[in-house]
Amino acid sequence: MSTSHQELVGPRGTTSLRSRAVPLAEPRRQIALLQAVDLEGSPHGGNFDEALAHAGHPRLGPAKLEIFQINVGKLCNMTCKHCHVGAGPDRIEEQMDRDTAEACMRALDKTEAHTVDITGGAPELNANFSYLVEESVGRGKHVIDRCNLTVLLLPRFRELPDWLAERDVEIVASLPHWRRRNTDSQRGEGTFDASIQAIRRLNAAGYGRGDSRKRLTLMVNPVGAFLAGSQSSLEREWKEGLEREHRVRFDRLIALNNMPISRFLEWLDATGNLRPYLQLLVRKFNSATVSGLMCRNTLSVSWDGRLFDCDFNQMLELPIVGSDGRVLNVRDLDRGTIASRRIVTGRHCYGCTAGAGSSCGGSLSGGAAS
Amino acid sequence: MSEGYYKRYHLPHFGDIAEGSGELAQKFFDYYGAVFAEGALTEREKSLIALAVAHAVQCPYCIDAYSQDCLQKGADLEQMTEAVHVATAIRGGASLVHGIQMLEHVKSASM
Repeated sequence: MSTSHQELVGPRGTTSLRSRAVPLAEPRRQIALLQAVDLEGSPHGGNFDEALAHAGHPRLGPAKLEIFQINVGKLCNMTCKHCHVGAGPDRIEEQMDRDTAEACMRALDKTEAHTVDITGGAPELNANFSYLVEESVGRGKHVIDRCNLTVLLLPRFRELPDWLAERDVEIVASLPHWRRRNTDSQRGEGTFDASIQAIRRLNAAGYGRGDSRKRLTLMVNPVGAFLAGSQSSLEREWKEGLEREHRVRFDRLIALNNMPISRFLEWLDATGNLRPYLQLLVRKFNSATVSGLMCRNTLSVSWDGRLFDCDFNQMLELPIVGSDGRVLNVRDLDRGTIASRRIVTGRHCYGCTAGAGSSCGGSLSGGAAS
Repeated sequence: MSEGYYKRYHLPHFGDIAEGSGELAQKFFDYYGAVFAEGALTEREKSLIALAVAHAVQCPYCIDAYSQDCLQKGADLEQMTEAVHVATAIRGGASLVHGIQMLEHVKSASM
């Protein structure tokens, strides 16, 4: 790894659980905390599998694989309060190496996935980011870069917007609000101004101007213990507000609920919001979201090559396990095993099925989130 | 009095009002839902109006409900605070504008 801790200038909303050495840094502690919340009186007592079965899905299995998601590691120039990855500048060890990146491409060739979704951390910080983009584009795949925006202001990434635009890479950028206060309170002081500056650079490279090959998608998530609002309504307001006040543009907006894991879980617990938030998620379970859940059409690869149903299961260390009890690895990806697996579920899954639903691609149904 | 009149748990039980008259409750909640649907005004704008009115009528249930609803509809603290000030200005203005009645009375009764 060439990136040193000191080089990573970026806003700080908090610090990583790992750097503070708190017990909740361990995924099993997070699962135990979620499981310990008293949800008696809530539908199905907060048992996600029972809620699924009641909705007509006794066994959650995969659909056609569409998205090959690669999480290249937990290194990030930011430390947002709600981060489900627990990413930060201190997490320099957990980074995908070239051997694993090459294994990802070999595995990709065995699947019918049309999209390669590269995430992190800040994926651009990984030494193999450009390799993954080039190789995926070369295979005719639609490539997504999940970008935190502020990383684009690091001097070495000055040319990156043009480089990505030349390859028609979609940018899915995090911006929780079109106004400063909410953005900075979640992602750290100075995030909003830096994000606007980064969007300007992306606009200058051709992003956000209605060209479907250079799509700039903004990803918003609630700044607190409530569900994401209506995606279409927010998109209108975000577009008008950003254009009017900052003269920047984007193409579409997707809204995601916050997952009750990692740093958002810590915040929920510390502020007395954990039980009310879980009650809200359970109460708002929407069976219409189940068929479109990302765990059904996505395969998630971790920095060390292990396979997961989704990025959230990855962060909770809930991997896909083969019939022989071994954790599946991208190096021995087998389509049959992947297609016949049972998706691993838990209480955190209510985050994806509440209200209008939530996925890496945004809301899952037209239903109201309120 | 050891207990106040207002109880937080009454809010999620609002629907129980149907016990005395299901028909009237149904009419009210249907109307209520239609009022807050997106129309010429956005859902967020309606929620901010509701928040302001909640302060004007000083309903703690409505303040809780629409503080949460405004956040979820994408409003932030500054926008919500401005909405509350609109209610405050109208309430204050409603008192003050009666001062003109006082003023006229004073003028007519005084030398």
